[in-house]
Amino acid sequence: MKLDRNSNAYTYIFTVILVTVVGVILTAAFSFFKPYHEKNIKQEKMSDLMYVIGLNKDALQDAAESQGLSLSYELIEQYFKQYFVRQIAVNEKGDEVSGVDVFNLNLKAEMKKPAGDQVYPLFIAEKDGKKYYVIPLYGKGLWDDIWGYVALGEDLRTIVGIKFDHKAETPGLGAEITTEWFENRFVGETLFDEQGNFTGIDLVKNLENTADKTDHKVDAISGSTLTSNGVEEMINERVRHYEAYFKKIKK
Amino acid sequence: MASKKQREILFDPLFENNPITVQVLGICSALAVTVKLMPALVMALSVMVVLGFSNVIVSLMRNYIPMRIRIIVQLVVIASLVILVDLFLKAFSYDVSKQLSVFVGLIITNCIVMGRLEAFAMDNKPWASFLDGIGNGAGYGLILIIVAFFRELLGSGTLFNIKVIPDWLYEHGYLNNGMMLMPAMALITVGVIIWVQRSFMPQLTEKE
Repeated sequence: MKLDRNSNAYTYIFTVILVTVVGVILTAAFSFFKPYHEKNIKQEKMSDLMYVIGLNKDALQDAAESQGLSLSYELIEQYFKQYFVRQIAVNEKGDEVSGVDVFNLNLKAEMKKPAGDQVYPLFIAEKDGKKYYVIPLYGKGLWDDIWGYVALGEDLRTIVGIKFDHKAETPGLGAEITTEWFENRFVGETLFDEQGNFTGIDLVKNLENTADKTDHKVDAISGSTLTSNGVEEMINERVRHYEAYFKKIKK
Repeated sequence: MASKKQREILFDPLFENNPITVQVLGICSALAVTVKLMPALVMALSVMVVLGFSNVIVSLMRNYIPMRIRIIVQLVVIASLVILVDLFLKAFSYDVSKQLSVFVGLIITNCIVMGRLEAFAMDNKPWASFLDGIGNGAGYGLILIIVAFFRELLGSGTLFNIKVIPDWLYEHGYLNNGMMLMPAMALITVGVIIWVQRSFMPQLTEKE
């Protein structure tokens, strides 16, 4: 029997076989790679959290070398557990909420809930006898989501480290929020006043006095106003919810 | 050993028939991923893999593909390979895959891939198609790497993220050229490469 390559029946059969084969291959590939992907995402999160308390990749690398080891996933996890002593979730009233998987909490989904129902994750670290409070951030940039982590020092108001990341901001402009020089503009600024009231931060274009760390103002990136606004909005929207909790533990 | 014809299939797309500088295909990804060398290199390899294997697969199926839906079949093959490459990069080269973000997925729409399938793999044997795919992928990658070399060197002062511009130059007032980070400068760099290539290969210049 000779098959007619132009008949409808042949076309349908060919399509069904092709799609089935492709579907099986892709499903198999996806399940095969999934554990690797999850590991990568977890490793990135742990690395980012350690970065904001002053342990960047080089520092971790040095620490690993001094032990005669190379920096592996297992070692990063070990360091993370060593420094991050507590992971808690708090609510708007400042009480701790139990039974929350803080590390894997999906902030994006959480933010869709009404404010009263949300829980706010907080990572508490201890390094060289000092305490650090790391707040995860999530918001919208110009094109897509932006996120990050901000670490407050023992006084519960000064930024000691910050890290931003983004999905699709413009390279050379908005994407510059991931650079060290932009991060450094935030370090030393305060997000709360001395009484513990939330003050927030302002990203200002062409800020003249960039050295002033008491004015709650940070120089924005020229040419990426909307990404800068997104960063400002993200910090202010997220960090304000921790006010009650911080006031409580300050007493 | 490869015959003379096979060698031509493999090496022609590198210079004389380069997909970017001569056929001017695949420009948009060439502009997007050439800010740094590392992503450009990974992108070049990804396109080579996708091109090589999609050419082989389509060539193997060429006598069975219903003509009326051949473009869709080609797209399915390309898309599956691209997804495999993307999954692989996400698993084993997470940082680079983050930098490339959507552009790995956009290999699907890279006109070089579709072009080679239609123009070559549909009429040729698998081995020749494989060489054609690798050759065109390499020709694409070569330009990507040349462009990325200049953009990273002049735009960031680094190569593969290693600082190469000495500090004393910066102290004497040298600045990285932020313009080089913009896609527009990639287009201009490609233009310069085309100019240089044509002045060495006058046969490429169109007759008046």
